[in-house]
Amino acid sequence: MLICTWLLLVCSVGETAADLYVKGASVPPEPSRTPSRSSPEEYGNPGSAVARSAEAPAPTAEDGASPRHGGGYRIVQWEWSYVQTPYIIALWLLVASVAKILFHFSQRFTTLVPESCVLILLGLVLGGIVLFASKKQLYQLDPGLFFLFLLPTIVGDAGYFMPARLFFDNLGAILMYAVVGTLWNAFCTGFCLYGVKLAGVIDDRVEAGLMDFLLFGALISAVDPVAVIAVFEEVHVNEMLFIIVFGESLLNDAVTVVLYKVYISFVEVGPGNVHTADYFKGVVSFLVVSLGGTLVGLVFAMILAFVTRFTKRVRIMEPLLVFLLVYLAYLTAELFSLSAILSMTFCGLGCNKYVEANISQKSRTTVKYTMKTLASIAETIIFIFLGISAVDKSKWAWDTGLIVCTLIFIFVFRAIGVAGQTWILNKFRLVPLDKIDQVVMSYGGLRGAVAFALVVLLDGGQVKAKDYFVAATIVVVFFTVMFQGLTIKPLVTWLKVPRSTNRKPTVNEEIHERAFDHILAAVEDIAGLNGYHHWRDKWEHFDRNYLSKMLMRKSVYGKSELWEACQKINIRDAISVIDQGGNVLTSARLSLPSMVSRASFPEVTNVTNYLRENGSGVCLDLQAIDTNPGAKVEEETETHRVLAGNLYKPRRRYQAHYSRHFMTVRDQERQEREVFQRNMRSRLESFKSTQYKRHKKDRSQKKRKGSDAKEQDANDKPRRNVSWHDKDPVVVPLESEEEMGEHSEKEEDVGIVFVARKTSETPKERPSSVSAALEVCQSPSVAPPSPTCGEKNLPWKGGVGVLPPCVSVEATKIIPVDLQQAWNQSISSLESLSSPPVPQEPQHPRVSALSRLGGPLRPAAAGQGGSGTGPTPLTSRQFQFPGGKEEEESALSLHLQEVQPLMSSMRPPSSTTQIPGKRRNPRMYLRSLVTTPPSAREPKSRGPTQL
Amino acid sequence: MGSTNSTLSKIPNAGDLMQETGFSPAHIVRLYDRYKALDKDKKGHLCPQDFGAIKELAMNPIKQVCQEVLDFPSFVRILAHFRPVDKNRPKDPNSPEHINSRSNKLKFIFQLYDQDKDGKISRQELLQVLRTMLEKQVTEEQLESIADRTIQEADLDRDDAISFDEFRKSMEKVNIEHKMSIRFLR
Repeated sequence: MLICTWLLLVCSVGETAADLYVKGASVPPEPSRTPSRSSPEEYGNPGSAVARSAEAPAPTAEDGASPRHGGGYRIVQWEWSYVQTPYIIALWLLVASVAKILFHFSQRFTTLVPESCVLILLGLVLGGIVLFASKKQLYQLDPGLFFLFLLPTIVGDAGYFMPARLFFDNLGAILMYAVVGTLWNAFCTGFCLYGVKLAGVIDDRVEAGLMDFLLFGALISAVDPVAVIAVFEEVHVNEMLFIIVFGESLLNDAVTVVLYKVYISFVEVGPGNVHTADYFKGVVSFLVVSLGGTLVGLVFAMILAFVTRFTKRVRIMEPLLVFLLVYLAYLTAELFSLSAILSMTFCGLGCNKYVEANISQKSRTTVKYTMKTLASIAETIIFIFLGISAVDKSKWAWDTGLIVCTLIFIFVFRAIGVAGQTWILNKFRLVPLDKIDQVVMSYGGLRGAVAFALVVLLDGGQVKAKDYFVAATIVVVFFTVMFQGLTIKPLVTWLKVPRSTNRKPTVNEEIHERAFDHILAAVEDIAGLNGYHHWRDKWEHFDRNYLSKMLMRKSVYGKSELWEACQKINIRDAISVIDQGGNVLTSARLSLPSMVSRASFPEVTNVTNYLRENGSGVCLDLQAIDTNPGAKVEEETETHRVLAGNLYKPRRRYQAHYSRHFMTVRDQERQEREVFQRNMRSRLESFKSTQYKRHKKDRSQKKRKGSDAKEQDANDKPRRNVSWHDKDPVVVPLESEEEMGEHSEKEEDVGIVFVARKTSETPKERPSSVSAALEVCQSPSVAPPSPTCGEKNLPWKGGVGVLPPCVSVEATKIIPVDLQQAWNQSISSLESLSSPPVPQEPQHPRVSALSRLGGPLRPAAAGQGGSGTGPTPLTSRQFQFPGGKEEEESALSLHLQEVQPLMSSMRPPSSTTQIPGKRRNPRMYLRSLVTTPPSAREPKSRGPTQL
Repeated sequence: MGSTNSTLSKIPNAGDLMQETGFSPAHIVRLYDRYKALDKDKKGHLCPQDFGAIKELAMNPIKQVCQEVLDFPSFVRILAHFRPVDKNRPKDPNSPEHINSRSNKLKFIFQLYDQDKDGKISRQELLQVLRTMLEKQVTEEQLESIADRTIQEADLDRDDAISFDEFRKSMEKVNIEHKMSIRFLR
């Protein structure tokens, strides 16, 4: 319904436009003299033609819209002619996008009907309306537009994101189908149509000789990449099948182009004048077109990879470079009339590895999204335009015999071709293609817009039967996309074709599969075979020693792929854990994608436990932070002092946004962290509030208890860092006792639930290799408190104490530093929010430590204490994953229950200096813990950002 | 190959080997030639040095595919692990599993990892493999973290090592039949 509105809008625009020009985009541009792919001058954007033609008559048309007032000044003017071209283009894009959105509204509909079908139908309707309204077809799938703009976006996306390994593993089969299969289809269809014509099935009106039919056979035989992607991406057949059909559709472009060109030239000179040498020229031309296209693509891939090596300081140029060079590869190939699709495909394939390694994560995302967006919108437009083009009856002429025969031949020869080639291929293939695969492959031979564009490009003067061919092509395209596209899904289900699984490999699989490659190469060498693995191994050596060295940044070059893969998996896990933030605490189970087997373990119930188990994975990389202290430290010290209580630190961050050329990583990190934290916070708060309600009844009781406890706790605690508050003389406003009490009770309510569970669920044995991060932090037997990363990094915090003598070996940097920090902070905020300080309850050993968490984050509070009240260092250790080595050892020997007594024993009796702080202390850490009152929340939330 | 039969007759136990491994006579002959070519000093068996002499293998991080002293039958048997699984070959319920079956392939890989043959891939053993595979591309710490991560993921009984069952489980979803096969040994 909404779409109808848009249709009307477009139509009205179309109507106004219709009056404007005599020969506009409506008329398909005259076929070029060499009907190869379009040349930019002749075709270009149809819109520009519209604009040009519209300029002259425009004023008269405007008169109706805004009547003149005797030449006086007009406040509002109707400037349609000025904006017409971009306006129409934008409207088309809008229509396409809205169509896509609407289509995806209904889940059930989407699973039943392929999008391409719906889009074609929509195009038919749109075309009908436009035709009805203006008596003339204004919009057509224009070959120039198609080949220069729409096709490259789709092919570029396909090439760039093509799974290279899979592609090359199946390269033999793909080439076979693409070259032999297409040739077979073209010749058989052409000859048989000619035969049928001689037999009189096709009407005499169709004036076509053998050459014409061969030409038609060539353009109709190629499987179309656009249609194949559109249909197969929804069907989700297994990767091997997909890559074979899809690879074929991409690579057969060269064959189609050459055949088409050869026949066109034959038709031009007349069949009688073709010499034997011309056939050889045709073969040579094929080699030149395909190999040349590939070469152009690879050259551009090299250039692109090489250029991205040096974009470190201008990250924002990266995505543009990728698009530009990939597109240039296409245009360059087109310029030399080589196979542009091949060129672009190989450019994408070749550069992907190096470019992805060189450009930043942000650029990667940008490239990905932009490519996908462009490709999907281009696809949408192509299908809509296909539908629209079909409506205009003046463009085609119907002949039932030709159409029916074409359909039958195409289908039959495709099936025969696939069967025959597969039979040959299976003699050599490691993984034979079975009957079901063959059925899907022959059924998936979809024809699409490429065939249509080629047939529209034909010169009607030379190919007399052009109109009949156009009709036949339209029907074939519609039939394959609509009928086969619609039925292929049920067919695949019915045949039980193995589907693709969207599973990400686990670390184990990554490692072992890499080992397989090596083992296979070794075995081939031992057996004295120079097989596929042997050559791949050679290639990888070459790549590593020369190519990568040249094309990759130094910083990336050294990195191992396996390492990267592991890192990715870890990040994924970490994110999924965090994503489940709320659930992690409430739900009994935490399931991780790559830890399938583990998820069933009952003790994996919350973040803490998860961390303990995966201590190595989430370690905070202290060393990494340490190594780059940054020049800003001093500046930050200053800022810190001023803003101590107000750590929404990065005023500077806004500066960064003014720079168009630099996106400072530090700023990004900070920003990410803040966002991250807020997320966590909001989640926890909502969670907390529910908990709060639930526990309302015992509130009063606990209130007293809690506050008492806190006081006591606070008294015990402080005394660690003296250097601290000396430096931070910011005054924290006092809060009323009432408020404080409330905070405490809230926290307690929540906390008890978790803490109790945690204790009971602590696993008895922990793998020794894993640093039991949390216990480490708690274990009081450790003398030197390890500071938070912030403390380590930031000098004003450095006074806290001696750094741990070593960072644990477990301080593995699987998660990149920024993520680790974010993780740490989220965890700390999480813990502090959920687990309250209830020191007197023996089963909650962690609590007291937790309660101090806020300390280091709130230097202001500590400073205000004036006495040795800062509850900091111990607390900060809490969530330091890479515990010191000694810590770890001790931690391993400790179970939570044992920790408690130690903790309490460690607490010193309140010393004289701390007495004045007695009243304030509880409040201070309370405030750090409680998030509800803004004054209290501020320091808390900001603390981590500061790190 | 006109000399197939004559050469085949020279190979001891060729028939049994073919029966056991499923190689064709041509394969056996070819492997026998290769075997003799590798055995440079004509001592009648292959020792690790012979494999070390293969120069392509020198670049390969996993060289220790064959580490023991091998005679021809064991040489063939090892290579037979990498035959593709053929569906047509009749499976005799009485006979043991084919040497190129999934579990045998897995077992073979497992033994490559499990250097001390205690039925478990320990952290040390895994590290060793990783170290050779990754060469100097990563630091020792990174290596260890990968190893830890791997073990955590696969280790179901928490003994800090990967047993064969755990190994098999972790590879459950991988198409071993395809990935551990070499076309030419078909």
